[in-house]
Amino acid sequence: MLEINNLHASIEGNQILKGLGLSVKPGEIHAIMGPNGSGKSTLASVLAGREEFEVSEGEVSFQGEDLLDMSPEDRARAGIFLAFQYPVEIPGVSNINFLKAAVNEVREHNGKGKLSAGDFLKMVKEKSALVQLDGQLANRSLNEGFSGGEKKRNEIFQMAMLEPTLAILDETDSGLDIDALRIVAEGVNSMKSADRSFVIITHYQRLLNYIVPDFVHVLHNGKIVKTGGKELAHELEEKGYDWIKDEENVEA
Amino acid sequence: MAQKEEDKILREVTDKEYAFGFTSNIESDRVPKGLNEDIIRMISAKKNEPEWMLEWRMDAYHQWLKMTEPEWAHVHYEKPDFQEITYYAAPKKKPQLDSLDDVDPEMRKTMDRLGISIEEQKKLSGVAVDFVMDSVSVATSFKKKLAELGIIFCSFSEAVQEHPELVKKYIGSVVPKGDNFYAALNSAVFTDGSFCYIPKGVKCPMELSTYFRINEAGTGQFERTLVVADEDSYVSYLEGCTAPSRDENQLHAAVVELVSLEGAEIKYSTVQNWFPGNSEGKGGVFNFVTKRGLCDGFRSKISWTQVETGSAVTWKYPSCILKGDESVGEFYSVAVTNNFQQADTGTKMIHIGKNTKSTIISKGISAGKSQNSYRGLVKINKGAENSRNFSQCDSLLMGDRCGAHTFPYIEVGNPSAKVEHEATTSKIGEDQIFYCLQRGLDEEKAISLIVNGYAKEVLNQLPMEFAVEAQKLLAISLEGSVG
Repeated sequence: MLEINNLHASIEGNQILKGLGLSVKPGEIHAIMGPNGSGKSTLASVLAGREEFEVSEGEVSFQGEDLLDMSPEDRARAGIFLAFQYPVEIPGVSNINFLKAAVNEVREHNGKGKLSAGDFLKMVKEKSALVQLDGQLANRSLNEGFSGGEKKRNEIFQMAMLEPTLAILDETDSGLDIDALRIVAEGVNSMKSADRSFVIITHYQRLLNYIVPDFVHVLHNGKIVKTGGKELAHELEEKGYDWIKDEENVEA
Repeated sequence: MAQKEEDKILREVTDKEYAFGFTSNIESDRVPKGLNEDIIRMISAKKNEPEWMLEWRMDAYHQWLKMTEPEWAHVHYEKPDFQEITYYAAPKKKPQLDSLDDVDPEMRKTMDRLGISIEEQKKLSGVAVDFVMDSVSVATSFKKKLAELGIIFCSFSEAVQEHPELVKKYIGSVVPKGDNFYAALNSAVFTDGSFCYIPKGVKCPMELSTYFRINEAGTGQFERTLVVADEDSYVSYLEGCTAPSRDENQLHAAVVELVSLEGAEIKYSTVQNWFPGNSEGKGGVFNFVTKRGLCDGFRSKISWTQVETGSAVTWKYPSCILKGDESVGEFYSVAVTNNFQQADTGTKMIHIGKNTKSTIISKGISAGKSQNSYRGLVKINKGAENSRNFSQCDSLLMGDRCGAHTFPYIEVGNPSAKVEHEATTSKIGEDQIFYCLQRGLDEEKAISLIVNGYAKEVLNQLPMEFAVEAQKLLAISLEGSVG
């Protein structure tokens, strides 16, 4: 589904990704961990198509297509969803209207036609219950005045509504208390399916107690330096990242 | 058939002469350019005006002669040469086109995107239409309905002829003829405009001019509007049009006067989309307008709503004089400037009566290399016990080459008054746009969403069908201004 090869990316002249490779198959959950500044969020931004990041080398293909050649909106329509680390506030834009525009845009792109108002509301009711946001959305502006936890839950709610093929969660767990963390994780788990993949970027192992990954990758200095199963996350939690850095230095 | 043939030939001939710049008999209904007493006499005579109207014009003219053009606004432009302007020309017929295919494709595209119906598009762009029974009967039934209620809604010239007592009583009662340079000029040379009177206790059942706007699309350079709402009456009045107006007259100096008597309410909404000049800042309309309302009675109310997207230079302060006790004034404004446009706009709320209340919500949006200023005065007079004002002035910047300025003036002469002023400036964020893109919306939709969200409080004040067009207009005006 997603094939990343030798990806090099920089921002304002600073090389952040230095030859990253990753292969994600349908239905898989990949966790990407790593110390601060290792390039985790850059990876998310490059996949979503942020213009500030310049890709100097490497390829990314998504469902057989050259992802780097696609505009951000086309990537979204093709089924890539990014749950933002810092969801922005857009004052005056109702959460529901925004979502309706987005859902219909994606549906139309995929030849499905717009949802009727009734069907849309039914879907909102069902999906918002997943993240316990029901009844709180209709009259509020997009993320405006939302607490940190509400913003993150709203991201997962949007994900549920947009039903992506590939969901990238960028530090969705940061700033969440334990209850909110569980709600978010349950939301994600309920969306697992054989043709939907997840790339979960996180700093801590605790989210992975709730969402069990098939693979854990350690990103360091712009490259994936170690890959393992879910045990790797526990090992990192215990020992920190220093041993990985040391290991890599030895290799180098 | 023969008639049609004749029209066609006439059209061809007139078009040709126009193209080659001949003066012809067809254009003889035009006074020489320049401004002096004779010109004013000629205008008045052509309109067959009573003596008092001519005297009124003359007085305005003499006051104007002693005035100088104001320079305090935060705008820069080359001053018009007032002797180079032609002050009277019988309304020029737009060239009739045979089908919409002949209309400037750019213009059509815009109208399509604004959601203007084909029928209206034809009328707006001067395409010859066969009589459509439907719209004619609609217009007739509207007029019949208004007449039954005693509502007067007609052109200013007609009002001078048919209702001189009302015109005489109210003209200049809110904007005196010597009020300011451009108001004085307008008072001397105004050629037409609209007049509206709502009798006591009557609630006007329709938005005035939603339908009529088509017929009024050809209004002139010095327009004058007078709306009088008698005791306990209500009217919602719409001015302007979202469709782009290309006008050869560079200077527009209109005057609008509103009078709201005891218990009455006037809601006045404007959408202004005059030619703003090209993207290099060449051409465009100078829009120097004086708009003022008088709340002249207990619990009277005036509410101004404006969406300003056009004109090269805008200079406009719809104001309320809150004379009656417990009277209410409101001002809701969205002003968009792009490219090289300059806008200096805002309001004045003059509190005179006790327990008067005013609200100001101003949303400026600047893009390109434009300059957008809010200028507002809140004045609480000595006797205005317990008066309240709330002002909110927000500016939204797109890009880093435009400017937003706020000039609030507050004068409080009574210690029991409460005046609140809030102001914010924000930039439309790359982050906000990217967020929308990531959810599958394209950039145009993203900007439209963000801008309309920002301006929502004002757009909500517009009558429904106008609001939808205004939303689209905002997005179109700002096209290409990000990234």
